[in-house]
Amino acid sequence: MDIAELQAYGYFTLTILLVVALYGYIYHLYSTKKDVDGVDYESYSDMALKDDIDDTPVSPKSDD
Amino acid sequence: MENRPLEYDYTIAKMFMFTTIVLGIVGMLIGVILAFQLAFPGVNLILGEGLAEYTNFSRLRPLHTDAVIFGFTLSGVFATWYYVGQRVLKVSMAESKLLMVLGKAHFWLYLVVVASVVVSLLAGVTTSKEYAEFEWPIDIAVVVVWVIFGMSIFGLIGIRREKSLYISVWYYIATFLGIAMLYLFNNMEIPTMFATSAAGESGIGSWYHSVSMYSGTNDALVQWWYGHNAVAFGFTVPIVAMIYYFLPKESGQAIYSYKLSLLSFWGLMFVYLWAGGHHLLYSTVPDWMQTMGSIFSIILILPSWGSAINMLLTMKGEWQQVAASPLIKFMILASTFYMFSTLEGPIQAIKSVNAIAHFTDWIVGHVHDGVLGWVGFMIMASLYHMAPRVFKREIYSKSLMATQFWIQTLGVVLYFTSMWIAGITQGMMWRAHDEFGNLAYSFIDTVTVLHPYYAIRGVGGLLYLVGFLMFAYNIYKTMSAREVENHELQNASPMGA
Repeated sequence: MDIAELQAYGYFTLTILLVVALYGYIYHLYSTKKDVDGVDYESYSDMALKDDIDDTPVSPKSDD
Repeated sequence: MENRPLEYDYTIAKMFMFTTIVLGIVGMLIGVILAFQLAFPGVNLILGEGLAEYTNFSRLRPLHTDAVIFGFTLSGVFATWYYVGQRVLKVSMAESKLLMVLGKAHFWLYLVVVASVVVSLLAGVTTSKEYAEFEWPIDIAVVVVWVIFGMSIFGLIGIRREKSLYISVWYYIATFLGIAMLYLFNNMEIPTMFATSAAGESGIGSWYHSVSMYSGTNDALVQWWYGHNAVAFGFTVPIVAMIYYFLPKESGQAIYSYKLSLLSFWGLMFVYLWAGGHHLLYSTVPDWMQTMGSIFSIILILPSWGSAINMLLTMKGEWQQVAASPLIKFMILASTFYMFSTLEGPIQAIKSVNAIAHFTDWIVGHVHDGVLGWVGFMIMASLYHMAPRVFKREIYSKSLMATQFWIQTLGVVLYFTSMWIAGITQGMMWRAHDEFGNLAYSFIDTVTVLHPYYAIRGVGGLLYLVGFLMFAYNIYKTMSAREVENHELQNASPMGA
């Protein structure tokens, strides 16, 4: 097997892996609906809508 | 010590708003001059024979592209970052002396780079690489400015109160990382003073000249990996960052699907970097690479439309706002033009279509419906939204803004329709031949046929420039318009008649 053939297999495998990763990520987002902190992804829109400096953060950093 | 409540600090945002407007006027004015030079070659001598060296098409062309890309657009990206970044991270720049110093250094060094670019390009000093014309001393200065921008981004993120990063921040980070990588690799060059010729001479040429580290096909590949992804990370990614903040904020509507915004982000990052090969179809680069460029360009429709549809659906049930607010009109049209040019681009990247489209004015038309309709509209809309908030005054005139919207929309439509017709005509004429394979037309035949479309394009560009001057005037007058209370700034921007 020459280097070009190896590259081709490597490239194909990488593409498949990335596609699986992307679809896995989509499945993960829509099945869990919430991130590790238990915050619904959709509530993150409030980061833009309630963005005055004295508004309460969606998930405050100090809670760590 | 007085005990004032904490406020966001828009000093740096205001500085970059200023350069966005000034460099926008400069870049678009040069663009209009170039358009009329193509239609009426006498315009090359607009300032007389003596100054023809400085006013001809080839000297002004890189000034136009660099002024609108690295001047207008990047200033808009910086201005919105220094506004949006603080707000979605819920931290004020005033809370960190270091961030303020970095922000000011960012602005002033950027201005020095802009000045040196204008002088050097007018003087004809260039590396001759498209969109990467700057010689090595300027490249080094660009890298310094970019590193400071990065320190500003990550510095602000470091002191944030909001744990998660809003989707726009992801896009700003991607802009920073993407352009850093592209710029460094494409501008790898060796100053000629370090080179030795075959005859043994050293110290060849002026101290500021350089040669690329790549040559031939490799050079072309790196150049278009850079060139196409400059469109990705300069004209797409940061503009998506803007619309994800400014449209929901101005309309008061939550993003239709935050999850869709996340997967569109990763989709875009995954696909975009591979598409640059479509600039080199039917050239000497390997065939598989050309095919890959085509395929990835077509897949690119999905993440692009993912973001654009997400924005249009954000207006679900609220479409009366589009009729009522010229500011929302700008953003909805921007999003529509984004969908339009991200469909047009992949079509042009199909090999058989590219056989007609390559090197023609259709490509120029495609670039301009993207930048005028999507990038320009979105940056102006962002600045319109920011102006009442940074100046604490209402937008000077709603009717002026509405008039500007229609003038510029007409300008964009004239621009791209004339270029479609010109491009396809050109492509068909170049390949037409008789039964023996002799070409049916000479080059000058196409020039004669295309003349009216070039004139229409010039008019379209001029209308867009007129609209931009109206925008500049509106923002200028906003600085002395009626003062507003904080509660008026929650969502829809306050506007005078």
